[in-house]
Amino acid sequence: MDLFASMVPLMIELKHVQKSYDGGATLAVADTSLTIERGEFLGLIGASGCGKTTTLKMINRLEEPSSGAILVNGSNVLDQNPEQLRRNIGYVFQGIGLFPHRTVAENVAAVPQLLRWSAKDIRARCEECLEMVGLPFDEYGNRSPMQLSGGQQQRVGVARALAAQPEVVLMDEPFGALDPITRSELQEEFKSIQKNMQLTVVMVTHDMTEALLLADRIAVMREGVVLQIGTPKELLNNPTHDYVRDIVAMPRLRAQRLEELMRDE
Amino acid sequence: MSENLREQLILLPAYFQGHLLLTLAAITMGILISVPMGVWAEQSPRVKRPLLAVVSIIQTFPSLAILALVVALLGGRIGFLPAFIALTLYSMLPIVRNTVTGLESVSGSVIEAAKGIGMSPNQILREVKLPLAMPVIVAGIRTAMVWTVGLATLSTLVGATSFGNYIFTGLQTRNLVAVTVGSLASAGLAVGLDGLVASIQWLLEERNEATDSSRLKKIRMSIYGAIAIVISIALYGLIPQPRADFVIAGKPFTEQYIMAGLLAEELEEAGFSVEQRLGLGSAVVYEAIRNGTVDLYVEYTGTVWANFMGRESNPGREGIKRGVTEFLEEQNVITLGFTGFQNRYALAMRRDRAAELGVTSIEDLVPFAAELSAGSDLEFFGRTEWLRLRDLYKMDFGDKLTFDVSLMYTAVAERQVDVISAYTTDGRVAAYDLLLLDDPRNALLAYDAMFLASKNAAQQPEFLRAIDSFIDSIPDAAMRQANRLVDVDGESISVAIEYLRSEMAKN
Repeated sequence: MDLFASMVPLMIELKHVQKSYDGGATLAVADTSLTIERGEFLGLIGASGCGKTTTLKMINRLEEPSSGAILVNGSNVLDQNPEQLRRNIGYVFQGIGLFPHRTVAENVAAVPQLLRWSAKDIRARCEECLEMVGLPFDEYGNRSPMQLSGGQQQRVGVARALAAQPEVVLMDEPFGALDPITRSELQEEFKSIQKNMQLTVVMVTHDMTEALLLADRIAVMREGVVLQIGTPKELLNNPTHDYVRDIVAMPRLRAQRLEELMRDE
Repeated sequence: MSENLREQLILLPAYFQGHLLLTLAAITMGILISVPMGVWAEQSPRVKRPLLAVVSIIQTFPSLAILALVVALLGGRIGFLPAFIALTLYSMLPIVRNTVTGLESVSGSVIEAAKGIGMSPNQILREVKLPLAMPVIVAGIRTAMVWTVGLATLSTLVGATSFGNYIFTGLQTRNLVAVTVGSLASAGLAVGLDGLVASIQWLLEERNEATDSSRLKKIRMSIYGAIAIVISIALYGLIPQPRADFVIAGKPFTEQYIMAGLLAEELEEAGFSVEQRLGLGSAVVYEAIRNGTVDLYVEYTGTVWANFMGRESNPGREGIKRGVTEFLEEQNVITLGFTGFQNRYALAMRRDRAAELGVTSIEDLVPFAAELSAGSDLEFFGRTEWLRLRDLYKMDFGDKLTFDVSLMYTAVAERQVDVISAYTTDGRVAAYDLLLLDDPRNALLAYDAMFLASKNAAQQPEFLRAIDSFIDSIPDAAMRQANRLVDVDGESISVAIEYLRSEMAKN
């Protein structure tokens, strides 16, 4: 079964997915279809309230679609036990959401524990994951998350998402709350982890620079609709909507402004 | 150390143990009920408001009323059980409320994360919400603990042993040493248990920190030790004590303490083991003798006539005696006989004030009544006797005040009131040189003191023989003097008992 599943080329597939919170009067997500390939990094970008987070949460059933179907690894998420589904999908939260009453190591161990791994395996995997995000187990494992900086906390958040060796990782504005230097450090590190481990990642962000730098493809959403989906290059060269052109041009415009400022000095 | 203090301290272990068991049992049951209720309320808004309303209402009930209600609901059962149930009810509000508040205050992003990594609702509750709400819940438990220790003193009134035994006995017999010992012990227990809960909370939180210095280890070990000691003392109370042969009870005033002590001494000398349950409410002790929880106490005919039979007429002393004896027979209570003294209500005045007005009976009082002020104990003006007196003599006092009994006597002695509703065997009548007014129209009831026994006790010839020597053996004057020794001269109950024995030996 697993063997067969791994032969499905599409890791995640959204088919005509709609989501409404008021019985259909307004649509938070309207008739959205998306495909994400194995090992692909998709950025979901748009302004607040455009439906990008709702779309993300429907993938692991934190929200359920009002109509349409979502397939993960070839099977409909609605046919799966939501808890089992979520344990097999890594999730990095906007608010980080570490458990303040547990140590760093216990936070990382959360999902393997739910999956009833042996204590020995959990310990080994914790060490591995913390090492991967640059927080040596011996130094950080027994600390409380409250004693860590924001950047370190989100490193733990990433380690927790990766602990059970998921194929898919969902990220909800994971680096939004961090200072710019910490943010770009973490972005780069995560990108290399993703590449090495061939992770399929869907990342929600409102930061176009982040999306351009990390994602293989970017889906631009507005008012519940995906306006355009394509590689960064495609979006930059052939925007099909004015909104897409404006939002994609933003980082470049900023860079130009900065350059002009430098010249004026 | 004074003799009095020594006498009090001898009682300390038993009272401490009773108080501790009652408090811990009630708190444990309170936690077992209230935490799940709080969890339920937090998950379902439809439950939350009515539940919090109900536990708040329980809290607003006067604690004495709750105790009395529980006794009534249990069919007159006294002792540990009603006190335990009432205290459990009382402990619920802070625990339920803090459980709800604690769970509600867990950050939404943490709960979302728990859900997002695949925890089931149950796992979220057990592994995330409850641990994070724990400090708030424990704060509620600590509040409940302190309240419960305080309220447990009231359980004396329904026959459960606690530090309240010191306080109620002390207040009624003017033994301030007993009151002080009881209050300090109760306060000390509250502080100690509060500290213990705080230590347990510290232990639970410390568990996560891998700090293992030897000092911490020592602290931890001493907390474990303290917990073990407290629990074993409380549990010791659960070991069934060899049941006493007879239980003697009494109401909360001096005469009753003296009579109960006297009866207990006599039965012990006859070779029985005796347990005393003192300071019980009037209705409580009557119920207890009916259902056999209590074997022997001294009751008054007028009380049975007016309170338990609900009669409003006054057929005279002999009529009441007959009526009451017949009634008690139907009620499964055995009347062993009369004590010889009667402790009834009588209107009393300072002798000089009475002479001033030329008054020797209630009849003489009628023309002056509207200008006089009268003082009574807490119930006299509410009794049918007073209504009958008012109607028969067609008079009412200009001013009517109610007092605690000892303050009532002080008030008349210091001329703050003109007339009081005195008790005829009260030692203070003689001490303050009060004149008891005649009652020519027979408005006031007779209160002959009698020995009431449970059916079970009355079937034992040796028991009957022991009590027999007391029947019709204590005249009014002797009882009044015994009461006076305690209430006026500040002697202990045992001195008064000794006095009565010597009086009886003379006859």
